[in-house]
Amino acid sequence: MTKVLEVKPAIVQSADVLTIKDLKAYYVNDLFGVRREVRAVDGISLTVRRNEVYGIAGESSSGKTSLIKTLAGAIRPPMRVVDGSVNFTFGNTKIDVYAEPEKMKTARWQNLSYIMQGSMSVLNPVRRIKHAFDDFAYRHMGLDRQAFRQRVQSHLQKLGLDPNVLEAFPHQLSGGMRQRVTIALATVCEPEFIIADEPTTALDVLVQQDVLGLLKEVQGRLGSSVVFVTHDMSVHAAITDRLAIMYAGRLAEEGPTQAMFDNPQHPYTAHLIASLPRIGDLSIRKSLAGKPPSLANPPSGCRFHPRCPIAVDRCSKEVPEMLPSAIGGRVACFRAGEVSVK
Amino acid sequence: MSNLLELDHVTKLYPVGGLFSRKSIKAVNDVSFSLDGDKPEIFAIVGESGSGKSTIAKMMLGNEIPNSGRLVFDGVDISNIRNRAQREAFMAKVQPVFQNPFEAFNPLTRVDAYLFGTAHRFAGANTLQEKETLSDQALQRVGLSMAEIKGRFSHELSGGQLQRVAVARALIPSPKLIVADEPVSMVDASLRMSIVNLFRSLRDELKVSIIYITHDLATAYYISDRVIIMQKGVVIESGGARAVLDNPTHPYSIALKNAVLPPDPKAASAAIRLRGVRAAI
Repeated sequence: MTKVLEVKPAIVQSADVLTIKDLKAYYVNDLFGVRREVRAVDGISLTVRRNEVYGIAGESSSGKTSLIKTLAGAIRPPMRVVDGSVNFTFGNTKIDVYAEPEKMKTARWQNLSYIMQGSMSVLNPVRRIKHAFDDFAYRHMGLDRQAFRQRVQSHLQKLGLDPNVLEAFPHQLSGGMRQRVTIALATVCEPEFIIADEPTTALDVLVQQDVLGLLKEVQGRLGSSVVFVTHDMSVHAAITDRLAIMYAGRLAEEGPTQAMFDNPQHPYTAHLIASLPRIGDLSIRKSLAGKPPSLANPPSGCRFHPRCPIAVDRCSKEVPEMLPSAIGGRVACFRAGEVSVK
Repeated sequence: MSNLLELDHVTKLYPVGGLFSRKSIKAVNDVSFSLDGDKPEIFAIVGESGSGKSTIAKMMLGNEIPNSGRLVFDGVDISNIRNRAQREAFMAKVQPVFQNPFEAFNPLTRVDAYLFGTAHRFAGANTLQEKETLSDQALQRVGLSMAEIKGRFSHELSGGQLQRVAVARALIPSPKLIVADEPVSMVDASLRMSIVNLFRSLRDELKVSIIYITHDLATAYYISDRVIIMQKGVVIESGGARAVLDNPTHPYSIALKNAVLPPDPKAASAAIRLRGVRAAI
């Protein structure tokens, strides 16, 4: 009996790679005594487990990118972490991103890597791809130049890329090819944690399929955790294990992807899923009225209530908490589960 | 019965290399189709990047002249347009909507200036009063109003709103054809359907024909009446949208259809495991 009690917390500890507690990160503008805050990340708590793909969905200006910048420790003024903590567990090392910024420096690239949104803007246009690898990854690998080059080449081959791309300039490659190079770049150190910010948004469907397949393959091989951010729900359906929906700086719902598509609890999730067109189905898809709220001046109570089809009086006065939902996740809604898809 | 638009064996070449190079790429290769003048429809052109779909759009708008073949709009060969009067008459009937509304509108110019400019040039509105009335009518049709838009800059509107303003601008001269080049690919998923549904209502209520250029088969299936699928400048499959997309026959169209991620986790994760199928084609 005692044995079980001892073992159980150990498993939980090792399974969670990332723990965010009540994180608040604001863009603070303090000019001439006028303080203006944009609450891009407003009280978010979540955990990401080992070997899973965790999706974050939401429209533009819902704070997705601000959230992942904060958890990668890549924020700059005017953005400020006001409250809360971000903790990584890599093997036996624990890192509190904002209490120990020094530890974070070594962990970056080795344990944690970041696939940026626009692949064209990441790669330096006047340097060959091999120099991008030198610039980003060389010092983190602890190999000599020769061994490093060989490692890069074999890594590219594993990903099904021709090692000749190393000699190319970014403009000689297509958008899909560049995005694959950035994935190779992000995974060459075999990190335990990968953050992918809209890696397929600018690509067309066929290339998107390839890039997603590649990412899934790499993730499976390395056994690492991926945080995958996109506004496209069908991409989330394809790649994520668990999914979080962000609305106006807060989480609206979180849960296993399959269960959320089958039975969304939050009206916003239900809307996002119901508005997806599908081949073979001609029924009218409704779109949500109104526009995303401004984060500088968000609505009172539940931030979704002005656009919500099932809002009641209470929604505009009280802020709903994230509570366990019927489908094994969490949801922040007073009327959770009362809206159905279709 | 006359054709609104007719493409007759249109080919467009782009030279590659230096001044003395004789190489060229066939961006559009022998494409023919026509739109009926009496029955408005949404005509989808589908293909991946580099398939020549945007080149067709440019030729329809008269921005590029085909190397061979004819583009006839409303009885006038577009390459025969010589003077400004003819060009303006043509532009009033064919209007574009572009991919990225944030790039289409200058961030330093108020959005209403575009509406007023179009109203002045193509609809003959001279006083501010007339311009506002015309713009307001067009905005009402897309579910906005002049009060919401007046004096605003592009960054003050959401992507979906801005794209609707772009459509409203295109509607001011009462065009017969709207050429929409990837109109929803930069718009948020939650607002995407509002634009797509808008095109449907324009066709039904205002009898405007729409050329809908996209790489997204799911929305093409949802709104279009006819579809052509292009690969490397060649039309490889064409016909009624449902007929073609329910049962594609060309291997490339099948690959495109398989690449559309279904909004269901099980089927979608199976779809991305189809990698390698494409390399065989």
